[in-house]
Amino acid sequence: MNIFLILFFIVWILGWLINIRLSLIKNANFLRFFIPTLFGFVILLMWEFLVLGLNINPVLLPPPTAIALKFADSLDILWIDFVQTLIKGALSGYILGCGAAILTAIAIDKFNFLKRGLLPFGNFVSALPIVGMAPIFVMWFGFDWESKCAIVVVMVFFPMLVNSVQGLELVDHSRQDLMKTYNASYTQTLFKLRLPSALPFIFNGLKICSTLALIGAIVAEFFGSPIKGMGFRISSEVGRFALDMVWAEIFVAALAGCLFYGLISLIEKQLTFWHPSNQK
Amino acid sequence: MKKLIINNSILPILTILLFIVIVWYLSAIPMNSEKVTRQFKNLSFTEHVEKTWNLKKPKLPTPHQIVNEIINTTFYKKISSKRSLVYHGWITLKATLAGFILGTFLGIILALGIVHNRAMDLSVMPWVIASQTIPILAIAPMIIVVMNSVGVTGLLPKAIISMYLSFFPVVVGMVKGLRSPDQMQIDQMRTWSASPNQLLWRLRFPSSLPYLFASLKVGIAASLIGAIVGELPSGAISGLGARMLAGTYYGQTVMIWSALFAAAFLAASLVFFISFIQNYTLRKMAILR
Repeated sequence: MNIFLILFFIVWILGWLINIRLSLIKNANFLRFFIPTLFGFVILLMWEFLVLGLNINPVLLPPPTAIALKFADSLDILWIDFVQTLIKGALSGYILGCGAAILTAIAIDKFNFLKRGLLPFGNFVSALPIVGMAPIFVMWFGFDWESKCAIVVVMVFFPMLVNSVQGLELVDHSRQDLMKTYNASYTQTLFKLRLPSALPFIFNGLKICSTLALIGAIVAEFFGSPIKGMGFRISSEVGRFALDMVWAEIFVAALAGCLFYGLISLIEKQLTFWHPSNQK
Repeated sequence: MKKLIINNSILPILTILLFIVIVWYLSAIPMNSEKVTRQFKNLSFTEHVEKTWNLKKPKLPTPHQIVNEIINTTFYKKISSKRSLVYHGWITLKATLAGFILGTFLGIILALGIVHNRAMDLSVMPWVIASQTIPILAIAPMIIVVMNSVGVTGLLPKAIISMYLSFFPVVVGMVKGLRSPDQMQIDQMRTWSASPNQLLWRLRFPSSLPYLFASLKVGIAASLIGAIVGELPSGAISGLGARMLAGTYYGQTVMIWSALFAAAFLAASLVFFISFIQNYTLRKMAILR
């Protein structure tokens, strides 16, 4: 039993006790942020002490401090990878795919025949392992970011389509009748009533797709990429057993994922202020 | 009523399918014609088109090539053979099911903790959500390689990735489901002086089942994806994912596509299986009529 292991247990029990104590306080708003933060911090500390205490080989599981050092050390490489994979590959594909899906949803919604034919198909495709198409797209569009963009487009298209169509479908009939009594045209009804009321569904789709886009862009790089990009870095550094660099890349991906998700939720709160879930 | 729905949507679906197949054949012509002109000279137009549809290593294989390959590797090869699609599919299926079962249990246990313990609700729930922004599929190769070097090989590393992917929908769905009984029903249980255990098993658990099944469908599709990506790192030699990778290395596009279709078929039948159980259970419980 060495000092780090003892520290590990102390942190564990202390963190546990504090969290239980804190959660008994009712109606404190700052706790909503404080408790999860504390929980995460305790986990990190426990991770650090466990690695040090059990003498785990840093090749297998590097301690958080080593990852942080590596992260601070290689900011330039991480930035290049970030731009290559997330901005060029994932973001462009995300915008293209989601945009196309929303436009298609509006088109489908107009024709009942298309809706009945495409929707079951869309539901089916969204359950498929589309990631598997990554090698095919790399073959078609080359090694650079274009192939990553393409796979992201295909991955996000169908979940987004299904969500948007559902949103457009579920508009309250009395409201549509009201628009009719106003003698509103199709476009007016679409932009003033149906699209706004479909927004909660559209944002739900956007949120689901944000993770999918990240995954698609990174996994596609395993099948071939120029010598930059997060997927390339992860697979090549794993080969060299430089796991601290891999974890630094994971940290970047998680951070970018969280920030992007947060951004979407923020826009959602602004645009769907009228929805019951946003009202107290 | 149900028959009406089927009749109403079967024609549109077939139309869309036909449309896809036609577009597929048409786009195979320009995509493969470069290769044909390189291999053959002085072909008439019809011969040229026919060649683009029957190349050995085409850029875009046509549906009939894929179907032939699937039939060939499914029925005409021994199941234990490395060339059999059934063999590879079975390997992937095992990892998927193991991960799915583990993930479901983990998810249900976490959800029970979150519903019963306020400290856990406040501290764990945000991290469950945050855990999903980590693109786990992207680090799957690392997990596999690290586990291999610790001596954990075979089914388990893939199952762990599947588990990570499938526990999330179960947690979210179960928390929602366990909280779905309203105050009136809970009060009713109290008037019968039900113990917490009885409250859980007689009220909360049954009313969470519709949510659970909805999550299970998402979860099993996710675990299949996890298992396939888990087979991608070099070194894996069996499984649908490994087959796709091998296809990439040797330019065997037909092989990639047939593995892809096998995966799609597997995903569809797994989801169908869950909805079958769902319909049966919910009907027995008179939730669904």
